[in-house]
Amino acid sequence: MTTRIERHHYDVVVIGAGGAGLRAAIEARLAGKRTAIISKSLFGKAHTVMAEGGAAAAMGNVNSRDNWMVHFRDTMRGGKFLNNFRMAELHAKEAPERIWELETYGALFDRTKDGKISQRNFGGHEYPRLAHVGDRTGLELIRTLQQKIVSLQQEDFAETGSYDAKIKVFAETTITELLLDGDQVAGAFGYYRESGEFLLLEAPAVVLATGGVGRSYKVTSNSWEYTGDGHALALRAGATLINMEFLQFHPTGMVWPPSVKGILVTESVRGDGGVLRNSDGKRFMFDYVPDVFRKQYAETEEEADRWYDDPDNNRRPPELLPRDEVARAINNEVKEGRGTKAGGVFLDVSTRMPAERIVKRLPSMYHQFKELADVDITKQPMEVGPTCHYVMGGVEVDPDSAAASGRVTGLFAAGEVSGGMHGSNRLGGNSLSDLLVFGKRAGEHASAYVDALAKRPKVATADVEAALDVALAPLNRQSGENPYTLQQDLQAVMGDLVGIIRRAGELTDALKRLQELKLRVANVGAAGGRRYNPGWHLAIDLRNMLVVSECTAKAALEREESRGGHTREDFPGMNPQWRKVNLVCSLDKSGDVHLERKPLPKMRGELISLFDRTELSKYLTDDELIEFDALEAK
Amino acid sequence: MGTKRHFRVWRGDESGGDIQDYDVEVNDGEVVLDIIHRLQATQTPDLACRWNCKAGKCGSCSMEINGKPKLGCMTRMSTFEEDETVTITPLRTFPIIRDLVTDVTFNYEKARETPAFAPPAGVAPGQYRMKQVDVERSQEFRKCIECFLCQNTCHVVRDHEENKAAFSGPRYFIRAAELDMHPLDARTDRKDYAQAEQGLGFCNITKCCTEVCPEHIKITDNAIIPMKERVVDRRYDPLVWLGRKIFRRDQLDGSAHGDSMAPSTSVGVTGVAAGTPFSSARPSEAAPVRDDGRMDVAELALPQQGGPSPFGDDQELPLPPGEIVYNHPAPGKDDTGPKGDAH
Ligand SMILES: Cc1cc2nc3c(=O)[nH]c(=O)nc-3n(C[C@H](O)[C@H](O)[C@H](O)COP(=O)(O)OP(=O)(O)OC[C@H]3O[C@@H](n4cnc5c(N)ncnc54)[C@H](O)[C@@H]3O)c2cc1C
Ligand code: SF4
Ligand code: SF4
Ligand code: FES
Repeated sequence: MTTRIERHHYDVVVIGAGGAGLRAAIEARLAGKRTAIISKSLFGKAHTVMAEGGAAAAMGNVNSRDNWMVHFRDTMRGGKFLNNFRMAELHAKEAPERIWELETYGALFDRTKDGKISQRNFGGHEYPRLAHVGDRTGLELIRTLQQKIVSLQQEDFAETGSYDAKIKVFAETTITELLLDGDQVAGAFGYYRESGEFLLLEAPAVVLATGGVGRSYKVTSNSWEYTGDGHALALRAGATLINMEFLQFHPTGMVWPPSVKGILVTESVRGDGGVLRNSDGKRFMFDYVPDVFRKQYAETEEEADRWYDDPDNNRRPPELLPRDEVARAINNEVKEGRGTKAGGVFLDVSTRMPAERIVKRLPSMYHQFKELADVDITKQPMEVGPTCHYVMGGVEVDPDSAAASGRVTGLFAAGEVSGGMHGSNRLGGNSLSDLLVFGKRAGEHASAYVDALAKRPKVATADVEAALDVALAPLNRQSGENPYTLQQDLQAVMGDLVGIIRRAGELTDALKRLQELKLRVANVGAAGGRRYNPGWHLAIDLRNMLVVSECTAKAALEREESRGGHTREDFPGMNPQWRKVNLVCSLDKSGDVHLERKPLPKMRGELISLFDRTELSKYLTDDELIEFDALEAK
Repeated sequence: MGTKRHFRVWRGDESGGDIQDYDVEVNDGEVVLDIIHRLQATQTPDLACRWNCKAGKCGSCSMEINGKPKLGCMTRMSTFEEDETVTITPLRTFPIIRDLVTDVTFNYEKARETPAFAPPAGVAPGQYRMKQVDVERSQEFRKCIECFLCQNTCHVVRDHEENKAAFSGPRYFIRAAELDMHPLDARTDRKDYAQAEQGLGFCNITKCCTEVCPEHIKITDNAIIPMKERVVDRRYDPLVWLGRKIFRRDQLDGSAHGDSMAPSTSVGVTGVAAGTPFSSARPSEAAPVRDDGRMDVAELALPQQGGPSPFGDDQELPLPPGEIVYNHPAPGKDDTGPKGDAH
């Protein structure tokens, strides 16, 4: 029997079926392109499904004072001014349209009294801004996009007799390598998880929408899919990654019982009145309001409590500080011995509102704690602590077109896998809207890129055979090292040495250990055959996790300051000089990570004027402030 | 605090398999999925099982635990007796792929046949206005995490392969109901469709689907029964449906969309045989590796991608002579047929 590698031809291949990937695919199909969607899990199960709180968009439905400029400001503040300003601008401007569009696909958001989309408060957002559906917003988003794709397939079916004529979903399929023709993307190579069969998709444009990297950490809210595949594929294809030192540790992951360690307790628990207390029963967040935020946050419990009903005349409770601040605060409380036995603090709504209201407003939290932890959150507090949640860093892209930087062309990236939008720290709710805004842009520009191509790049057979060898290697080492052990060792290195609080010595140590792991991963083995063999799948993913971890560790060692999702014990505090610098990772010929400093793009005059000088003075260098003053004087 | 517990797990593929025994450590507060992960990490790395969120949100980890359809990540070990053996088997209604993983294509196929939301004409994006009370009814059904436990449980298709073609199952009844109750959906024939195309008439309201739904959606009471009642309203004759508990397709009248929404008729569920290929339709057998550890690279262009030229999309024919790499078959050497790189 002749072995076959299935070969397909597409115009645009979208890797990832989360919010970003699906939105990109819709746009490419609407542009008339033959589109493939690839997903490691089943259709409709991507990570986006887990998002709870909502999608941020300045629609002004609840507070009419909200607009894109306020949203832009909040986003820049949240990211500590390290964001790519243009991405933050596009995001703030286009998010409302993208949300409204979802309604035309059939989404059913919660409503305000006058029938508009309701919006809720969330950490770091000045006004209620998150469109939501109870606490299952991600599910609504992904289901809506999934159903829109089905609807497009039905149109194609009516026209051609085949559902798959223009847009096809390859579920449970992993891409292991991008194939190039010179510096142009020519296709993608991968395998069907179910059967172990290989496939080659030839396409001149590839959109990466593969999500994040959290699986390299032990305590994480992320699923097995988050092995940084897209990050690694981009690197190997010659693209660059930025901001890899910035990882968001969500302040409130469950810490008890152990089996659910890491699973998220949505921020809306705090937005709706939940408070954090240490083991002494003290509401400790008041002690942790940093100077930059002093003006916006309440100083007494009374004022904080009044805010829930009268936000216009009171300052917000410190529980709603950006995530990095809350995560660090909890970390500190635990370290100083005021944590719970399981290493967390208490998050309490039970004493704050009536049981019916809790069940109504936080249904899936109620459900989750009841069924997973046997805890009734209407009667007792939850135990929470920081969990690795989101990677701000990712593929460096052109803000307008989502095209990857570096030498490669034809590669686009959107969603969590892309970098720049969130700077050093992402605000809650800004991811779901990011997926939609930049997913659409990536699909649109990938299609335009295909149209402009004079000649299609070609896949070289030798590259396909090489990719095949790499994929099969673990199976040819049946007695090689166990991939699960390797993953645990990697998680230990990252969690212990490149965690929330970082130190130069530990980071150097981590880099050394990562090198050792590299050698071991080169000898990883997988027992069994090719059919749905999770051990083999993990063995293949390990090399991606490793290279991405190396980027994070290297960049973390380089950045000698603390900002957002990067805290250096030996360099506490922000340094305005470092704000001007992006750390850019690429792969050199030998496959090692190469780190470079690049200047951050400079914000346009009309955008920087949206901020007041006192605020800017906390972030900018003296030279930049002089420039700002000159601008304002005009 | 770990104790050893006895587990029995079905291992095998579509060619057959059996229950295997394992003794595994179980710790305080763990769920069944944790135990499967421990088995993978310590005893049998190739044990196949789907999961994603580990928090009951994605609906990937559906399995049968002691014969009951459940989510592995939401079944706490403390719900079993200390000395109870826990038996884990794959969903029974769907074809086996390997171990605990089944081919759930049936469900995606039915999803694809259910007509999508029809936006109201003349209402611009941003102008949608709906009352919370009006959206809540549909929102209940949109909580569905597509775990397909209800589909697996429903006796109409469980062990009745022959009904699959004509029966969409509870998951898609709630989808039809959701759209029927959507305040702004422009279609008015959702109930007719459910009756005529989805096989709603097969359902005899046993409520088994409601019982297993991990999202506690009241599938029968809130979706199926109202959908049935409305069909009755419309026809002004309750006996029409009571009299015919089981419909055959050709007995149904008013087949509104029968033409454009061709159902699958093939036995093996996947519609390839019926001419409507599915996303996950693929050869079931794993390909061998050559002696040198490589695999042959050959082309297989499938018809449903819009039929590209086998020579590539931008190839001008005839080819310049220098680029032609076709070798004439040499008699005696090529008896085994085409092999190797077809480039
Ligand atoms: C518990 C939780 C709660 C959250 N809550 C919120 C919230 O309230 N608001 C908010 O804005 N954000 C939230 N986030 C963040 C947000 O959900 C994610 O950042 C976002 O969903 C990422 O979407 P994505 O489209 O980039 O990728 P994903 O949805 O993760 O999709 C990635 C896709 O890529 C596929 N893929 C990956 N690698 C490969 C490969 N090698 N080959 C083929 N396919 C591949 C995967 O199978 C998957 O389909 C939350 C995240 C978590 C974990
Ligand atoms: S109520 Fe109807 S759909 Fe549900 S399990 Fe019974 S027969 Fe099936
Ligand atoms: S209705 Fe319930 S049981 Fe059925 S697929 Fe949806 S969540 Fe699962
Ligand atoms: S793993 Fe997502 S529902 Fe169980």
